[in-house]
Amino acid sequence: MSSISIKNIAIKGMAGCVPERVQENKDYPGMTPEEVQKYIAATGVVRRHCAIHDGSICTSDLCQKAAEKLMSDLGWDKNEIDLLIFVSHTTDYKLPATGIVLQDKMGIPTSCLAFDITLGCSGFLVGLGVMGNMMASGCFRKGLLMVGNTQSEYASPEDRSMTLLLGDAGTVTAIEYDPSSKDEVNITYMSDGSGREFVILPDGGSRHPVNEKSFIMEDCGNGIRRTRLHEKMIGDEVFSYGTHFIPKVYAEMRSKFNIEPEEVDYLLLHQANKFLCEKLRKKLKFPPEKVPYNIQEFGNTSGATIPLLMVTELQKELHDHQLNMLAATIGVGFSLGVAQIKTHGGIVVPDLMYM
Amino acid sequence: MTLDEFVKAFAAEFDDTPEEAFKPETNYKELDEWGSLVALSIISMVDDEMDKRLTGADLRSCSSIEELFNLVEAK
Repeated sequence: MSSISIKNIAIKGMAGCVPERVQENKDYPGMTPEEVQKYIAATGVVRRHCAIHDGSICTSDLCQKAAEKLMSDLGWDKNEIDLLIFVSHTTDYKLPATGIVLQDKMGIPTSCLAFDITLGCSGFLVGLGVMGNMMASGCFRKGLLMVGNTQSEYASPEDRSMTLLLGDAGTVTAIEYDPSSKDEVNITYMSDGSGREFVILPDGGSRHPVNEKSFIMEDCGNGIRRTRLHEKMIGDEVFSYGTHFIPKVYAEMRSKFNIEPEEVDYLLLHQANKFLCEKLRKKLKFPPEKVPYNIQEFGNTSGATIPLLMVTELQKELHDHQLNMLAATIGVGFSLGVAQIKTHGGIVVPDLMYM
Repeated sequence: MTLDEFVKAFAAEFDDTPEEAFKPETNYKELDEWGSLVALSIISMVDDEMDKRLTGADLRSCSSIEELFNLVEAK
């Protein structure tokens, strides 16, 4: 497993923005009220914030709004931004990269390096590792890590395993090069493409280009219908994989980075579904008070889950206190990351924004 | 864990199906209550009780609780 340890950077601020539009799971027409209640109890998702997917609100818009407010609150001049990384599977276009579109729309200088990383639920930890590593040598001074997805777009309305789970969000993390910073970011990764069929949007890429058959609603059993242009998830395989490997990676992290669980303030779990998260919480042996949730309100927002959790549940704490946090993500790919993030207060976190 | 204990532990993950419905030869996928959420709790039970990783493919490939037990034991 690849591990990184990043120093010389400071996490200066974090912000998030979600669509104002809410979809209540209890109103889902495809199930009886009893079935919905059972589903809500198991997944923990009561409602989700979802954009209407007509191009009016893209992930980049959510991230841009969050970033502009954050920079204003931080007193950052946009002319100082030299690194912008956009992490998402819901890019504005297949090409060009959304990060570069954002550079222009936000008036960031052309001297900035901007690019995209296409990842889902592991996006924040991979993005943090990439940006942190790039900045640690001092080659870049002020970076914006934008992570989000409007992946409710990919859920078939007749696939309850996806449409009642996926929510939309955009987040931004402002990172500065600072050799005097005591912040520490330690991350261990796994990449396992043997799981590629378990979370996949089959058609529309180069492997299976869009054709007439892509649009046909197919019966997938258990009352689920979707086209090959909808996201397909084999939930039991994601559960089996995540609950098996996250504890293993955590055990390796513990010994490699001398992590004492009693000294950990919070365990931030990717908000995949509550059943999976609770299984992990118990396996990793953390009490409920150290494991915040916001899945009930936002659902599974893919790469945004960890930063969104920090914005909604740790807004004051990130500012007022030193924090020793663990984060664990299992995402499409499979791409897995477990991180220890140590911060030292003073982190600016504006209230959650809506669009 | 014995087969009988496994059958009991399997049955315990179901809320609405009586324990008598569960025997080694029961094809669990034909039970009314069988579905994606129960499948997750079976994967979780096997991990807790037997410290083994059960996959979705394993559950789909077996046609009885006994067959599943044998598959897990062999892991």
